[in-house]
Amino acid sequence: MSSAAPLLAEHFGADSLVWSQNRDNVRVNVGEDRVFEVLKCLKMLGGFDMLVDVTGVDELEYPDATDRFRVVYCLLNTETGERLIVLTYVNDPNPTLPSAYPLWKGADWMEREVFDMFGIRFTGHPDLRRILMPEEFTDYPLRKDYPLRGRGERHNFPVITRSES
Amino acid sequence: MPFEVSDLMTDDVDSADKEYLWTLNFGPQHPATHTTLRLILTLDGEKVVKAVPDIGYLHSGFEKLAEDLDYNQYVTIVDRMNYLSPLANEIAWHHAVEKLLGIELTPRCKYIRTIIAELMRLHDHLLNTGTSALDLGAFTAFLYFFQQRELIYDICESASGQRFHSSYTRVGGVLYDVTTDWVNKVRSFCNGFRAVHAEVDGLLTRNRIFIDRTKGVGVLSKEDAINFSCTGPIARASGVVRDLRKDEPYLAYPDFDFKVICTNGGDCYARYLVRMHEMLESIKIIEQAIENIPAGPINVDPEGKAVLPNKSNVYQSIEGLIHHFEVIMPNRGFPTPTESIYAATESPNGELGFYITADGTSKPYRARCRPPSYIHFSVFPHIIPGLMLSDVVAVLGSLNIIAAELDR
Repeated sequence: MSSAAPLLAEHFGADSLVWSQNRDNVRVNVGEDRVFEVLKCLKMLGGFDMLVDVTGVDELEYPDATDRFRVVYCLLNTETGERLIVLTYVNDPNPTLPSAYPLWKGADWMEREVFDMFGIRFTGHPDLRRILMPEEFTDYPLRKDYPLRGRGERHNFPVITRSES
Repeated sequence: MPFEVSDLMTDDVDSADKEYLWTLNFGPQHPATHTTLRLILTLDGEKVVKAVPDIGYLHSGFEKLAEDLDYNQYVTIVDRMNYLSPLANEIAWHHAVEKLLGIELTPRCKYIRTIIAELMRLHDHLLNTGTSALDLGAFTAFLYFFQQRELIYDICESASGQRFHSSYTRVGGVLYDVTTDWVNKVRSFCNGFRAVHAEVDGLLTRNRIFIDRTKGVGVLSKEDAINFSCTGPIARASGVVRDLRKDEPYLAYPDFDFKVICTNGGDCYARYLVRMHEMLESIKIIEQAIENIPAGPINVDPEGKAVLPNKSNVYQSIEGLIHHFEVIMPNRGFPTPTESIYAATESPNGELGFYITADGTSKPYRARCRPPSYIHFSVFPHIIPGLMLSDVVAVLGSLNIIAAELDR
């Protein structure tokens, strides 16, 4: 079990956190309303000074899923090499999470990518724009209800001809 | 010069009294960006005031494609992420898949994958060092190093039949066992490499012009390297002592004697030095490994259905053929646990991790790649303000941005 378990139990109560483990991945599941406080506690007091990755999973077709989007924060303590994965779930119609940018500057582009791909908004993010998809794109491509072949956007992209440019 | 992270949101470059600033579109097609990436630079004369990266020109939906391909097929896609070291991506991908399925590789396969992973580190560092010197006007170093890359291409071809996008690894093993010819090629490459390395070292490391262009340019402090999630040579050049080969040993790395190269400089020159010294450590690992490859099978014994049978079995026995089709056919495949896993390897560029969510079928439900280029490029707009326009290429080169990996 993670070294952060007693710390989080002390600050948030042992009942509100669900711990799990798969091979060497230690994971803690927290509610969306407390995720920022948990991350802050882990960074300030737990020594998890690096945010390795932020990503999302759309659980629309996932077996036995109850929530829509899983957001995954992979943390790392660079002193001890310990890793911890913080999971949280958000739902339609307006999936929103507090941004981790005030804690880790590295969250900037990672959260922009999650917004771009899944449409999850991060409040407090300084520059939440699309990053990989073009700005005029309206869908969120990694959602499971978005088809692999797209919805015809490719044929409808505005074309700039030589005479107009 | 103390390093300060500029806050992109507060500088008012658009205000009326800053009208003398001018805008330069750097890319998307520019020889010094190497691939398709665009920077919108706001300049005060030749001094960069603000840089806004505009990426996504090469976005081709690799992560969406992963959801439609099985665990073996997707290897052809990860090949195309960091195409300077394609096999390193394959090893990272199948490392994560094998961790998900709980497969322990055979000792022989571990050694071969280790040798290839280190060859790929050389592959990547050779091109990166060569081209970043080329951007600063040193053409010879680039040619010397590219010659060595050709030899590594030959080694890849000898192992897999493909020079560039080899698609060599499979779940629980690799495509073909290596031959004596391959071992000899690796040996002769190792024998010749140090001389070339010393020549380039002599051309660049104490070169007045090269030092002037790189030293003190693009400084990244240790705190910022950690805060910006930097890994790999870029973090190590800023003094973060972290290398997954030592910290979370995988493959056969615990068996070998090698050093983790770190400096405190944090500038472009420090990154160059880290890469140059890492190459020598990689050669050391390869030399230790190539003489000690264990005998035995290359693939895990395909008892469960996850691992492909040996090719000779497929061609010569009906059981092997049936087994092969059971794994390959789209409506069969092998079962996976309904679980998620994050696994990372030390790729040449930094921590290359995959977060795989499996749903029980033979295709990943979600395969997130943590691309080091993407993370490192997000640092760029913070370290570039205050530098000259000509330093943009120096910093870009030293961060080793591969647009195919950046955009996926």
